[in-house]
Amino acid sequence: MSSSPGESAQGQSPQQLVDHLFRHEAGKMIAVLTRIFGFHNLELVEDTVQETFLKALQIWKYRKIPDNPSAWLMQVARNRTIDLVRRQQKLSGISEELATRLQADTELAIGQFFLDTEIADSQLRMIFTCCHPALNPEDQVALTLKTVSGFGVQEIAKALVSNEATIQKRLYRAREYIKKHSVRFEIPVGVALRDRLDIVYTVLYLLFNEGYNSVKAEELIRYDLCAEAMRLCKLLSEHKVGSEPSTFALLSLMCFQASRFDSRIGEDNTIILLQQQDRTKWNQELIRMGYYYLNLSSTGNQLSVYHIESAIAAEHSLSPDFASTNWQSLLYLYDYLLERKPIPIVQLNRSILLAQLGDLPAAIDAILDIAGIDELLRHHYIYSAVLGDLYGRAGNMTEARRLLEMAYHLTSSLAEKKLLQEKSAALK
Amino acid sequence: MFIFRGPTPEDLGLTPEQHQAAMQKWFTWIGDLSAKGRYVGGDPLMKEGRTIQGKKAVVTDGPFAEGKELLGGYFIIKAESLEEATELAADFPDFDTQGSVEVREIMKITMP
Repeated sequence: MSSSPGESAQGQSPQQLVDHLFRHEAGKMIAVLTRIFGFHNLELVEDTVQETFLKALQIWKYRKIPDNPSAWLMQVARNRTIDLVRRQQKLSGISEELATRLQADTELAIGQFFLDTEIADSQLRMIFTCCHPALNPEDQVALTLKTVSGFGVQEIAKALVSNEATIQKRLYRAREYIKKHSVRFEIPVGVALRDRLDIVYTVLYLLFNEGYNSVKAEELIRYDLCAEAMRLCKLLSEHKVGSEPSTFALLSLMCFQASRFDSRIGEDNTIILLQQQDRTKWNQELIRMGYYYLNLSSTGNQLSVYHIESAIAAEHSLSPDFASTNWQSLLYLYDYLLERKPIPIVQLNRSILLAQLGDLPAAIDAILDIAGIDELLRHHYIYSAVLGDLYGRAGNMTEARRLLEMAYHLTSSLAEKKLLQEKSAALK
Repeated sequence: MFIFRGPTPEDLGLTPEQHQAAMQKWFTWIGDLSAKGRYVGGDPLMKEGRTIQGKKAVVTDGPFAEGKELLGGYFIIKAESLEEATELAADFPDFDTQGSVEVREIMKITMP
């Protein structure tokens, strides 16, 4: 028993696997095997991956982890694939010599799919397939998490604050569509590539935001979701078809956002707004990476929404505290963003900038101009809180008091309630 | 000797992340036993097998037991007493998934 852990690990600390090794390897294997067997054989593919893990589970438990666990898993999956293909191509009526040659060719051809560059290529194909334009966004997200990221159904349900039955339904619907319409497992070219990349960005951004903003999910799975979105975005940026300014801009935006991951949630599990965040908790390494990718994104003549949002995030990272924020520069960026993304929350944020720059009447008017503002004020505390605050600063105490009280009842955060109470009390 | 019984991992339908977590628990346990100088060796058993029984020595396919009774593998450990060995088995990672450990002393036979 020379290879037993008893002898090799005597007195040593327990063996450790790289975080999420299996999840990441599952994604790789599923992508490679799908390229070999086709998307219509996804069940076979998933079974093969499962078998590979079971083998690892049995052997690694009782023995040492191989030096390169990732290569070991790929090797097992490769051999199993060769077995499966051989079984399918067993022909009668040919000579033994031809059979031997065909077998050698099979082995060689399959081996090619397992080369590192080809693995990356297969993963990209899988991402693009999951982001097929005919699928609706929630199905795209679920399918990506399942097949690209190696999440289990219950983990997806947890991450997306849904239930297993709903996720199963989404996965089934997405898979059936792809099978029925024989969607090709490939990377689109030309204009189709441009369009498909936009969907991929949206899905990755959704994944990230789901992890970043959902206060309902558990902290650990939220973190996983953000990390996974960043990993896939990086994967995309490293491949020749995805190495685009917009990809770098999105990656940079994620880095800036992620740098505030630890400071954005309060003790009572609610979002802490930028203004109240403890900036010493911001992760400087991620901010540095944010700038690095932002730099890479500023080539060519593309200016995506992600460029603008990342520049906004960078602007906040630059200022040591909320008061020294460069409001003028932010307003300029928000004007750009509003053109591309005319949604209420962007309008609200822009109006705060107007107020910071001293134009309170314009700020209040900008909020009142938001389409459907009455509904928003009644249902989302952030709108009533901001507008109430602005009225207070402009001297309209009646409106201020009314709106701050409304916000107080709408938020469930104790910290927010306290803050709103203080604001109300400060009104003359 | 620790004799492990329980459902096979394929019956549990684990996600990749759960596979990893299950494995990590075993590493911690074996690492701990090794650090104490207690671990000698062990092997997993294949799920497939044959059973031979009866006066006529009838051979049937498959192991005799199923599900949580299925033999999955064994460890050989060093311990001063059955009590100490039982304590060492307390950290067995698969109790949650219907697994069990049988602790037995290997009989030492000294020839005269």
